[in-house]
Amino acid sequence: MRNTNLPPDLQAAREEIEGYAKAYGLDFFPIIYEVLDYRTLYETAALGGFPTRYPHWRFGMEYDQLMKGHVWLGSTIYEMVINTNPAYSYLLEGNEPVTQKMVMAHVTGHVDFFKNNMWFAHTNRKMLDEMANHAARIQRLIDRYGYDTVEDFIDTCLSLENLIDYHAPYIKRPEAQTEQPVVSDEEIPVVEGLKVERGYMQDYINPPEFMEQQRKKLEQEQLKQKRFPENPQKDILLFLLNYAPLERWQHTILEIVRDEAYYFAPQGMTKILNEGWASYWHSTIMTRRALKASEIISFADLHSGVVATGGGRLNPYKLGLELLRDIEDRWNKGKFGKEYEECDDMAAKRQWDQQLGLGLQKIFEVRRLYNDVTFIDEFLTPEFIAEQKLFTFRYNRDTDFYEIASREFQEIKEKLLFRLTNFGQPFIYVEDANYNNRGEMYLRHRHEGVDLKMDYARDTMRNLHKIWTRPVYLETVIDEKKRLLSFDGRDFSERRID
Amino acid sequence: MTIQRVDRDLNRFRHIVRGRIKKDLRKYMSHGEMLGRQGKRYVSIPLPQIDIPQFRYGAKQGGGVGQGDGNVGDPIAQGDGQPGHGEAGSEPGSHILEVDVSLEELAQILGEELQLPNIQPKGKKNIISEKDRYSGIRKTGPDSLRHFKRTYREALRRQIAAGDYDNANPVVIPIREDMRYRSWKETMLPESNAVIMYMMDVSGSMGTEQKELVRITAFWIETWLRSQYKEIDIRYIVHDAAAKEVDQETFYHIREGGGTKISSAYKLCNRLIDERYPANEWNIYPFHFSDGDNWGGGDTRECIELLRKEMLPKVNLFCYGQVRSLYGSGRFAHDLEEYLGDEDSLVISEIAERDDIYDTIKDFLGKGK
Repeated sequence: MRNTNLPPDLQAAREEIEGYAKAYGLDFFPIIYEVLDYRTLYETAALGGFPTRYPHWRFGMEYDQLMKGHVWLGSTIYEMVINTNPAYSYLLEGNEPVTQKMVMAHVTGHVDFFKNNMWFAHTNRKMLDEMANHAARIQRLIDRYGYDTVEDFIDTCLSLENLIDYHAPYIKRPEAQTEQPVVSDEEIPVVEGLKVERGYMQDYINPPEFMEQQRKKLEQEQLKQKRFPENPQKDILLFLLNYAPLERWQHTILEIVRDEAYYFAPQGMTKILNEGWASYWHSTIMTRRALKASEIISFADLHSGVVATGGGRLNPYKLGLELLRDIEDRWNKGKFGKEYEECDDMAAKRQWDQQLGLGLQKIFEVRRLYNDVTFIDEFLTPEFIAEQKLFTFRYNRDTDFYEIASREFQEIKEKLLFRLTNFGQPFIYVEDANYNNRGEMYLRHRHEGVDLKMDYARDTMRNLHKIWTRPVYLETVIDEKKRLLSFDGRDFSERRID
Repeated sequence: MTIQRVDRDLNRFRHIVRGRIKKDLRKYMSHGEMLGRQGKRYVSIPLPQIDIPQFRYGAKQGGGVGQGDGNVGDPIAQGDGQPGHGEAGSEPGSHILEVDVSLEELAQILGEELQLPNIQPKGKKNIISEKDRYSGIRKTGPDSLRHFKRTYREALRRQIAAGDYDNANPVVIPIREDMRYRSWKETMLPESNAVIMYMMDVSGSMGTEQKELVRITAFWIETWLRSQYKEIDIRYIVHDAAAKEVDQETFYHIREGGGTKISSAYKLCNRLIDERYPANEWNIYPFHFSDGDNWGGGDTRECIELLRKEMLPKVNLFCYGQVRSLYGSGRFAHDLEEYLGDEDSLVISEIAERDDIYDTIKDFLGKGK
């Protein structure tokens, strides 16, 4: 095995960087750096940063694409760090010292974020071992059931991978099935109405309309109890684990896929903030402390590459970094709160400075409590949007071009939040798992203005059917019309529902 | 190089890609899109939907947020759909994966799927030659083939393992078990050469779509023949009433008017063979594409005579592909069939539309000649 430990010069650089980081108040897990050649680095990147994953072709595909990007387009991975304790980070062998320093500063920012951001609080910090265990378990299943069978089932599970509840680790959701039925099966419930002392008052205290209303309510209650699940379920993977007719080995695989999906979820939920935070710190540490005069040009070149926004694209590094700096500036100058918000004098607003110096404290608070959605929702301002030249774009079918659609604050914010909410995934619920009273699965897509990609949706239904083994329905909206798609194991059908 | 962890997954991925191409070969063969992505040894094939399907948003009402200069209404990026097209399927921005497949592998897929027989080259000079390639290592062999580095490494490994290795006095002495020798493998190398001669009718009735058909067909012919021969020469001849030799670029883009005299092309082709490609040294593959609308006045008769007497005896295979033009198909294919139908080295195929390319290739190359 090659020695991937840090050589002495990088070891010194690391101590220097970590010293600065600690002085700034960053609080991070110990970081283990490994220096890898580019093939190994790209390989590790393809495996999601983990040295051992279960065998699957998509890692090979990822590797192929990364290598191609590297060879043909000259794209390079500078940093990679995984959320574990201790955190593992990989450096590319042969990078300039200033690059390595910047990467270390950036990585330190990420690890601080992993450790302190509340959305990561429930992630498994021993995931390195867990992933290796998953690999071993799946390998055993492969040995037993054959590569093709297992691979096919993994594909099926991965197709449903995003059907989880991103907030499940933090709040308690209504269960699919309550333990105790409110209305028992034996007793036939009767609507009794309010208690009446004197018989002649009956019609006044419990008028027929009221009784009717009560009866309906009770019926609905009963109906709901008959329904399964009683409440729509968003964690469809969990629902399948609990109720689908899976064999044990299938159960194992589905569980593994779900585990890994939950592990990676917070990273998806905090992409902008996390990258912004790491970029903020590499920039701060490098420019204020670690840079030597001779390294300035190289650093400027690298940094501008990281935050570049070519071709109208939104760069999460750039957006996160600028928004954090904006927050820092606003809280330093007291540009927040009722008084500031209600000030109509633009000049005064621009000049506003109460010398509060709360900026750093505020952004530390942001890194602890926020995710991308709340981060954008709370701190995006019209001034920021104008300054950063943000816009929304849409596709114009007539010209086959994407065009700038708007530079209005509300629209941009809305669109940005839409892209971020639920990790940019559609909301799909299990509404009824005993549809038609035949154990068929009824899913509902909560339509929020954007249709599903239909060819994918159909293939996903096919995969769902493989697991549920009974017909699958999906209620959605296509071209502003409500539709019910179904797949019965052989054929798809689609009909309007209104 | 150490074996990489991801190699297994990569191989599996390539295997899947291969299967996918094979499955949709007919579709790929009717699309011209991979022609533009052809490198020297690789061709890049767009594969939609190799990724895993999930419930996700379509792009129709999508769009997003960007950053930069520009006014409302300014275009920022090109979609990948067709402008002005209706609902049908074209979802812009959808991710299409491009995979590289070596031409060798593509030929192999083609061969397997179309069940093409390997070509038996003709002539004595064209025997496949055996060639030794030193590609392996083994434990026994003559000293002249001793692999010093490997031997040294084995010895070093053994000494370290046995604790005999002394840093201060790093002497490594190989014993018999450490010895490593180069070994060779006999590989078959096709020594034979082939020439492809494309002839195309460029008279007014051959439109862009017809040329595209020819172009796609030619790509597959070349892919297959390249896998069968060591070197391939390609010549291009265009003709209307008169024939001339041109380069590839001109071949596909030239537009001439006028009538059609097929014999002119055959004469030129025949002359080229006589001057440059003696039949006992070369495997010769003339391909002729036309809409079959030959001039009257005995030209077709002249062609048939020329083929029967001169050309067919010299070539491995003479393929005539008749494309359907705006004015329909001519009689030429019919005439050839009638007079030369029993000639073994003549293949006639009609390419009415893109879907036929698959069968045409099968017709052309299915003979194993």
